[in-house]
Amino acid sequence: MGKEIGIREEMPRQAPEVRRCNFDEVALGYSVEQAVGEAKRCLQCKKKPCVAGCPVEVDIPAFVHLIAEEKFLEAAKSLKTTNALPAICGRVCPQEEQCEQLCVLGKRDQPIAIGRLERFAADYEAANVDPAGKCDVTDRRPPVANMGKVAIVGSGPAGLTAAGELACMGYDVTIMEALHDPGGVLAYGIPPFRLPRTILNREIDYVRSLGVTIETNAIVGKLYTLRELLNEGYDAVFVGTGAGLPQFMKIPGENLNGVYSANEYLTRINLMKAYKYPEYPTPVRVGKKVAVIGAGNVAMDAARCSLRMGAEEVSIVYRRSRAEMPARAEEIENAEEEGVKMDLLTAPIRFIGDDEGFLKAMECIRMELGEPDSSGRRRPVPMEGSNYIQEVDTAVIAIGQSPNPVVRQSEPDLQTTKWGGIITDEETGLTSIPGIYAGGDAVTGAATVITAMGAGKKAARAIDAYVREKKGL
Amino acid sequence: MYKVVKKTRIADVVTLLEIEAPALAKKARAGQFVIVRLNEKSERIPLTLANWDAAAGTITIIFQHAGRSTHELADVQEGGEIRDVVGPLGTATEIENYGTVVCVGGGIGVAVLKPIAKALKEAGNTVISIIGARDKSLIILEDEMREASSELFITTDNGSYGRQGFVSNVLTDLIAEGRKIDLVFAIGPVPMMRVVADLTKQHGLRTVVSLDSVMIDGTGMCGGCRVTVGGETKFTCVDGPDFDAHQVDWAELVMRKKTYAHQEKCQLDAYKGGKG
Ligand SMILES: Cc1cc2nc3c(=O)[nH]c(=O)nc-3n(C[C@H](O)[C@H](O)[C@H](O)COP(=O)(O)OP(=O)(O)OC[C@H]3O[C@@H](n4cnc5c(N)ncnc54)[C@H](O)[C@@H]3O)c2cc1C
Ligand SMILES: Cc1cc2nc3c(=O)[nH]c(=O)nc-3n(C[C@H](O)[C@H](O)[C@H](O)COP(=O)(O)OP(=O)(O)OC[C@H]3O[C@@H](n4cnc5c(N)ncnc54)[C@H](O)[C@@H]3O)c2cc1C
Ligand code: SF4
Ligand code: SF4
Ligand code: FES
Repeated sequence: MGKEIGIREEMPRQAPEVRRCNFDEVALGYSVEQAVGEAKRCLQCKKKPCVAGCPVEVDIPAFVHLIAEEKFLEAAKSLKTTNALPAICGRVCPQEEQCEQLCVLGKRDQPIAIGRLERFAADYEAANVDPAGKCDVTDRRPPVANMGKVAIVGSGPAGLTAAGELACMGYDVTIMEALHDPGGVLAYGIPPFRLPRTILNREIDYVRSLGVTIETNAIVGKLYTLRELLNEGYDAVFVGTGAGLPQFMKIPGENLNGVYSANEYLTRINLMKAYKYPEYPTPVRVGKKVAVIGAGNVAMDAARCSLRMGAEEVSIVYRRSRAEMPARAEEIENAEEEGVKMDLLTAPIRFIGDDEGFLKAMECIRMELGEPDSSGRRRPVPMEGSNYIQEVDTAVIAIGQSPNPVVRQSEPDLQTTKWGGIITDEETGLTSIPGIYAGGDAVTGAATVITAMGAGKKAARAIDAYVREKKGL
Repeated sequence: MYKVVKKTRIADVVTLLEIEAPALAKKARAGQFVIVRLNEKSERIPLTLANWDAAAGTITIIFQHAGRSTHELADVQEGGEIRDVVGPLGTATEIENYGTVVCVGGGIGVAVLKPIAKALKEAGNTVISIIGARDKSLIILEDEMREASSELFITTDNGSYGRQGFVSNVLTDLIAEGRKIDLVFAIGPVPMMRVVADLTKQHGLRTVVSLDSVMIDGTGMCGGCRVTVGGETKFTCVDGPDFDAHQVDWAELVMRKKTYAHQEKCQLDAYKGGKG
């Protein structure tokens, strides 16, 4: 190839010793020069292989080209035709496994930094058009409104996307959210140093600006049932209630004070803002020595929050080896730079408390990797006699979450799998009840922001088709 | 925003708020609760639905001024607003015609007990109620409980009102008299529920308690409210708050309720200090 491709632009970040003491965003974003430089590396491939890696089919070469031409606002507009939440996806998508993995440049060199460019365009638009976050939406709004009414249950990425899509098709959309703030995991789970709340709120305001109403404190299954929503004027319902039910390990001492599920720990810190305690009075116990069990994104977030809350020693305790760690490579690197220790091939088998019931230690056992299991990964096998006791004041269990149970429990006709996932038609998101659709973590179990958004989008199209057929439109 | 339409101090350190929440008022059932967050910074605190009026579109909460959050809530003015009220949460109490039911309530637990006693009576049960508190000034809802019961006993620890002693003393007497009892509800401070549970266990009387573990979301999402019942971990906010008294791991509940004792004290001192 004749063209000089150049090396990928690095993302400026806060220095580890500084950022480990604050909740401000770690990655600082590209400058205009960096963004343009990075965008110019793109080969503008005719076949657009990268697009196939994106669950919402962002037209990657198109928006990257607009950045290369310094048409930043148009780049943002182009993004928003397929992705209602570009500033969020640009930050939290596991791009290395999705769009960037399929970028042709990645074969010999480093792929285009698609996520970083996406973030750049969205941030540029917010900073330069209307800092309050109200975007020009007229070009997305079809002239015919009043297609019908749709209720969306849950305001995570799946619900927000489905809502945005349907609003743009002319539907009157209401999101019902059980918590007091919208955003789902984006609000209660992912910490502000990875996703600043101003950015989350900006994206939520954008969805609102499309005409979507968000009703908080509305727990479906209790305040309204799915059937009632259908009977009381909604043409269809989309369920995007996520996978919030925390799994525990079922080992002795797990209910001691100081042993948390990652959900509780992160909810206290992020949603209830315990990091601003006592200004925000919700407490959390972060001891000097914190052990986080698990090695996914959730575990990395809990570990990095612990450092910022003042813990002196934070370790990730994981029963397999580094190669199997499910977290994004970038987040593992960030965590290690900040001083999180990795205790690999190790599993806790018991928590030990003091006389008052507070956690003081944890008994662990070393593991070795044996034969591959059903997931294809080598199964960790305990090494007999390798037990040891480690002092800890706080333990956070981040070994996975299952779908939220409230909606399912209130609706016996809604078919679910053994582990609680809502059963849907893969193409449409249709559940076992006509008019009720579902998508995101509630269907797949814990997955990613962008897959949840992809599911929201598919379901929106199917809902539109369903309502049109029903009404003969 | 949820408007406070009525506020009454019903006992020394107990406040009643009637709040506008029409959708909630339509769905509330005995044994369920709400989570309230006063303003943008406040904690989320669980409080039982003490009453509701679907026609008026209001719900009622009754709470003891325990720590900072409940003190703040008690400072809300009539006509003022509460930022967040979510519910109805938890599984409703199983109401059927059991025959004769004894409802035992201690302290603020009577606020939780009242809608249950009322629903039991409406379902045709003979309801015998025993309510008690440390002192006369802390006895609440006497008239409402009288109305919900065929018989009402009142006790105070110091003898300032009703019979001197504990609610469990009256229950012991009823059992000794050979009264027919089909089911017991016991709601109040953990030590009280525990004593009742021990007593009824000896006599093989089925007993239901309502637990008040520390909560955050109240939707089954955090597991912070977990309790051990019959050797299994349960989430109080979705599996409860009602549980079989004889299966509850009381020691663990007492321990877990102390998780934030230190922070709670500091917060209360700071709040009171701030008010001068
Ligand atoms: C700590 C953490 C870090 C993560 N990091 C990443 C990352 O870096 N990149 C990535 O791609 N993914 C990440 N994920 C995964 C990602 O956040 C989820 O896959 C995604 O949020 C799922 O979206 P969702 O819309 O299906 O559900 P959720 O985001 O879970 O939202 C569901 C919403 O529904 C509400 N709800 C539930 N029940 C009811 C009800 N009965 N009535 C009304 N509302 C209800 C909930 O309160 C919640 O707000 C992370 C997850 C966690 C927990
Ligand atoms: C299902 C349920 C129903 C309840 N119903 C009532 C009621 O009708 N009336 C009433 O007066 N009280 C009720 N409570 C208890 C009430 O929630 C607490 O008194 C209140 O949260 C105390 O907050 P505080 O900041 O004022 O006190 P704090 O100083 O924080 O604590 C005082 C006491 O309240 C407990 N507590 C603190 N935070 C919480 C929390 N988030 N969740 C649960 N308990 C907590 C502590 O363990 C401590 O024992 C109920 C609790 C539950 C779980
Ligand atoms: S939304 Fe995510 S997967 Fe799609 S192009 Fe953007 S960063 Fe890549
Ligand atoms: S594959 Fe890579 S180089 Fe080709 S268009 Fe996509 S981003 Fe550009
Ligand atoms: S309060 Fe969070 S699960 Fe019950």
